[in-house]
Amino acid sequence: MSEPIDKQTIIEILTSLAPEADFAALRGDEDLREALDLDSMDFMNFVIALHERSGIDIPESDYPKFRTLNGVSAYFTGQQR
Amino acid sequence: MESATVSRPIRQAVIEKDRALFSRQPNLTDYAAVRANFDWSSARTMLDGLPGGQGLNIAHEAIDRHARGRRADRVALRWLGKAGARRELTYRDLQRATNRFANALSGLGVAAGEAVFVLLGRVPELYIAVLGALKAKCVASPLFSAFGPEPIATRLDIGAGKVLVTTEVLYRRKVEALRPRLPNLGQVILIDDGPPIAGTVRWSALMMAASEEFVIPSTGPEDMALLHFTSGTTGRPKGAIHVHEAVVTHHVTGLYALDLHDDDIFWCTADPGWVTGTSYGIIAPLTHGVTTLVVEEEFDAQTWYGVLAAERVTVWYTAPTAIRMMMKLGAEAVRGYDLGALRFMASVGEPLNPEAVVWGVEAFGQPFHDNWWQTETGGIMIANFLALPVKPGSMGLPLPGIDAAIVERTSDGGVRVIDEPMVQGELALKAGWPSMMRGYLHEEERFRKCFVGPWYLTGDLAKRDADGYFWFVGRADDVIKSSGHLIGPFEVESTLMEHPAVAEAGVIGKPDPMAGEIVKAFVALKPGYAESEGLRRELLGHARRHLGAAVAPKEIDFRANLPKTRSGKIMRRLLKARELGLPEGDISSLESDER
Repeated sequence: MSEPIDKQTIIEILTSLAPEADFAALRGDEDLREALDLDSMDFMNFVIALHERSGIDIPESDYPKFRTLNGVSAYFTGQQR
Repeated sequence: MESATVSRPIRQAVIEKDRALFSRQPNLTDYAAVRANFDWSSARTMLDGLPGGQGLNIAHEAIDRHARGRRADRVALRWLGKAGARRELTYRDLQRATNRFANALSGLGVAAGEAVFVLLGRVPELYIAVLGALKAKCVASPLFSAFGPEPIATRLDIGAGKVLVTTEVLYRRKVEALRPRLPNLGQVILIDDGPPIAGTVRWSALMMAASEEFVIPSTGPEDMALLHFTSGTTGRPKGAIHVHEAVVTHHVTGLYALDLHDDDIFWCTADPGWVTGTSYGIIAPLTHGVTTLVVEEEFDAQTWYGVLAAERVTVWYTAPTAIRMMMKLGAEAVRGYDLGALRFMASVGEPLNPEAVVWGVEAFGQPFHDNWWQTETGGIMIANFLALPVKPGSMGLPLPGIDAAIVERTSDGGVRVIDEPMVQGELALKAGWPSMMRGYLHEEERFRKCFVGPWYLTGDLAKRDADGYFWFVGRADDVIKSSGHLIGPFEVESTLMEHPAVAEAGVIGKPDPMAGEIVKAFVALKPGYAESEGLRRELLGHARRHLGAAVAPKEIDFRANLPKTRSGKIMRRLLKARELGLPEGDISSLESDER
């Protein structure tokens, strides 16, 4: 239910949405939607999965912070402190 | 034809309009009078035609006639790029750039009538390429840049694409490997700069060498102008042919359905890879000489509110999926933005649910105006109008010049018009408006099947109420409507079938509160393969790699066997009914059941 969201968890979730993507080549500052070919539904499912795994309520006004891997990591590091 | 279903009573209150509140006089106030006095040949006089009686060309109406008049220095295209980039092209700038591109095409040996495909995000070059191709009398076909290699290859092949305009990244990722399959594709133009790549030319080099003077050659109104692909239940995608005369409908619908006025700042959020993004993201606003906004970034509610406020957008044409996502964020999120300039909001792509129409009033102080049309119709056919009452959940009333009816097919192959209100049937339009498709490319039989007597049959099931408002019910076929885009189940099934593990695939649209429907696939595996999460992901990855995110399934379920008819056809309707827990209906043709 509520587990810490580290980089590995983020990649795990993204892999379930875009299994074909090359995660080794993904840079931390890259736009996830562009790099992984996520459409708006994929992106929404990404955020929902993050919420389910972390147990943290994510207001939609925070979605823009989830555009990059670094952004997502920073968000949860901040939340869990 | 399915029998009439029980009609749900309409409980949403009608939204009446207080005409005193309009900041300017709407273009259509007396619906009955405008309809009665309207005819398409008079409407044609709203446009100029090519100088010297040389015919009718979309690009002349969209650009050249403004570039030589009082609008020459008005911003035609305001582009907001990612990461804050911004570029403006006046009508004069746009004229010069499109002239150069038209000349560049001639320089490459591309002839009138040949197809110029564009595979780009929403960047200025897309608009220049499409309009420049129209000037050169080429057939323009914009493709959605989120398509994977398979949809791209299929469409380039059907359309015999001679030229493709794209970026280096998209070319490397999606096109390069396809080249051997595309013998017609003579030229690939890359819009970015970089070292030479075999088989491609660079946009900047081409444009620099081309003259900015160009005279549009004589163009017949029936000359082919645009090729838009749409999906059917079976077979390959269909290339709907549109001609230069379509611009009459684009202009008239811009006038009445979108209420465009001379000083508007217009924003159509659709991508030109879909018909809305071309008819209303490129052509209609330009024929009206207004400033049209192009936003490169994908949907993000707060970014969009920021754009609406900062750019003083007056007329906004968007889509249900985006509106529903904004609804989730809540009306409070809109409060901080000054949207005082916004005077009209319209939506298209799939039926806008009544709650979303009403939410417009709560969040923006005005309802969203739903309208209806499809790739084949080329322009808006049925709409909720600014000055008229809105019935939330209804697609509205037919445009002036458009006769719509609810019909049922009769046993002798004809159709009967259903006059009784709120009885379900197929939505039909009286053929003959200027932007009606002129054919499906190389598919004469499929084209002819769309017409019975005087009627074009839309494939959509609908009802009409006693006031003449139309209500969408569903598709008559198995085509999937996801985020406003039509997806053919066959295209998805074919790709899944190419995977060595897959024996059978059936693809349906599963209702979804955000997207309308999502693509869901059921697959049966070949002997020797066992279902597993790993294989599910492999199939998903396979589909995404070949089809792209917009077309690939969002869900894949395994079955031991899929329900089939005697002839081996997978019964998608049954898969769907079971997925939704609905009655299975007539299953007399079922031969081999699902396991």
